[in-house]
Amino acid sequence: MLKRLTRDMTMADAARTPGGARVDLAFVADMVAPGARVLDVGCGDGELLRLLAEGRGVDGRGIELSREGVNECVAKGLAVIQGDADTDLVDYPDDAFDYVILSQTLQATRQPRQVLEHMLRIGRRAIVSFPNFGHWRIRQQILLGGHMPRTDNLPYAWYDSPNIHFCTIKDFRALCGVAGARMEKAVALNAWGSPLRLNAPWWFWNLFGEQAVFLLTRKE
Amino acid sequence: MSAPTADSFRAEARRHIAGASREADHPRSPLVRFGPDQPLKLDAGVELAPFQIAYQTYGTLNAARSNAVLVCHALTMDQHVANVHPVTGKPGWGEAMVGPGLPIDTDRYFVICPNVVGACMGTTGPASLDPTTGEPWGLNFPVITIRDMVRAQAMLLDHLGIDQLFAVTGGSMGGMQVLQWAASYPQRVFAALPVATGARHSAQNIAFHEVGRQAVMADPDWHGGRYFVEGTNPRRGLAVARMGNHITYMSDAALHRKFGRRFQDRANPTFSFDADFEVESYLRHQGVMFVERFDANSYLYLTRAMDYFDLAGDYGDVLANAFKGAQTRFCVISFTSDWLFPTSESRAVVHALNASGARVSFAEIVTDKGHDAFLLDEPELFAIVRGFLEGAGRARGLPPARG
Repeated sequence: MLKRLTRDMTMADAARTPGGARVDLAFVADMVAPGARVLDVGCGDGELLRLLAEGRGVDGRGIELSREGVNECVAKGLAVIQGDADTDLVDYPDDAFDYVILSQTLQATRQPRQVLEHMLRIGRRAIVSFPNFGHWRIRQQILLGGHMPRTDNLPYAWYDSPNIHFCTIKDFRALCGVAGARMEKAVALNAWGSPLRLNAPWWFWNLFGEQAVFLLTRKE
Repeated sequence: MSAPTADSFRAEARRHIAGASREADHPRSPLVRFGPDQPLKLDAGVELAPFQIAYQTYGTLNAARSNAVLVCHALTMDQHVANVHPVTGKPGWGEAMVGPGLPIDTDRYFVICPNVVGACMGTTGPASLDPTTGEPWGLNFPVITIRDMVRAQAMLLDHLGIDQLFAVTGGSMGGMQVLQWAASYPQRVFAALPVATGARHSAQNIAFHEVGRQAVMADPDWHGGRYFVEGTNPRRGLAVARMGNHITYMSDAALHRKFGRRFQDRANPTFSFDADFEVESYLRHQGVMFVERFDANSYLYLTRAMDYFDLAGDYGDVLANAFKGAQTRFCVISFTSDWLFPTSESRAVVHALNASGARVSFAEIVTDKGHDAFLLDEPELFAIVRGFLEGAGRARGLPPARG
């Protein structure tokens, strides 16, 4: 078992994202229909928006908290505004977008439930990707190490982390129920960035998925 | 620098009036005259005819007429954005932004900068001769609005044969014109880039303008706006107005950085009301420079136009309605230390654009240079303007930048 764990970690490091592209972005992009109107909440330096615009002819907009990120995006010709997912989604009208995307940002919001509800109001579909706090390596660090986990995906010390609302895949499914979201599609990615078996049970995903990507719609 | 004396003011007055009225009627800029058959319909309910527009252009209009960029100037600027100013001999106010290879690249775009209606550098305003009386309009000139300025610019574009602008840009009062353009003529604006501006003039800004106007009117040389008849010029009033406004264009931090509490050419205070402090000397200099090139009545009219600007007011108090169905791409820019048009004003515009479904970018640039940052060397501003125009240019099918 220990041997397998060591191999797991080494391979995870080796397989990490050639060129620095985040592995979840490809799976997020995959869920977006070509030519759609997309709002990327927490769009960072605009990597996903550019991917969507170039690969799928998507009409993309972004919101980003950091000034550097916004200015980088605008200088690239992307339509991005400086804003905060927690406070600024309220300004968007209903059904303004086909998709509202929140990639690797949910855990950094103050009100994840309200953010998700706004996403489902503003867009016909919502796509959420997040790091799974139920992954066995994270559980192991708490259980055996006795400290808050730090991984390649979550490299921060607990005291200077922007991430304030971690959840597991199981937790997120519960949030979907509370927020009135229906799961259309879900993918869990392992440490190599490849999807886990589709027919695996949720507990398996929750233990071995390092990240998850969910495509959601509003429950009518 | 010592304070200008009353005598030197008077001596300047006649020379100035002769120079100013010459530039107001016979500017050293290309000119379009609109006859009595083409009146400018003003919001005040009257028609201005005949009237003329002075403008500068840079670069070449392409065969498809799709590369025109309209630059709208601010309150105290004029059409001389990227050439030596004919009156002051100084470089154009936008020479860092507009030119070959610069963010508003005159190798790629055909840049047009008209003098606004009501101003004093060749477009009809209170300093221009009223053909019915043969003397300057003065306060007989009708009150004009930002929308009137834009309407006149649209007539200029019709004259130049330009149906759609690739982009409209401008800061402060120029930004107000940009927003008005997008609201009044959405099909004629492919991209809009309002900088350091707002969709309305705030109560505080109206208050500052009123102080400036009262300073002009309190000058005995103003003569109820008829100084041109009296052979005087309300230089002191206009200089004070300019000094007050100039403070609002900067920030406390910038003033401290530039001047601090340093004395001007002296080691100790003089225990008088001389300009002991560098900052005093600087403001007096700004005031004196301004009256060289600006007409006092024009100042009254243009500040009034800004005060009246409230774009939402024309659309049932819902700003989003001003941009309904807009296909225009917007890039809104504000500066952290701008307290005249603070970021909150730009955000209100961005919220409205979002609500109307427009394609909008918004960047707030960190600087301590205050409102004036839009005229200064701000590398981040240049990068954003360049990137935004390049992105819009791709969408418009303009050829990419060379090199």
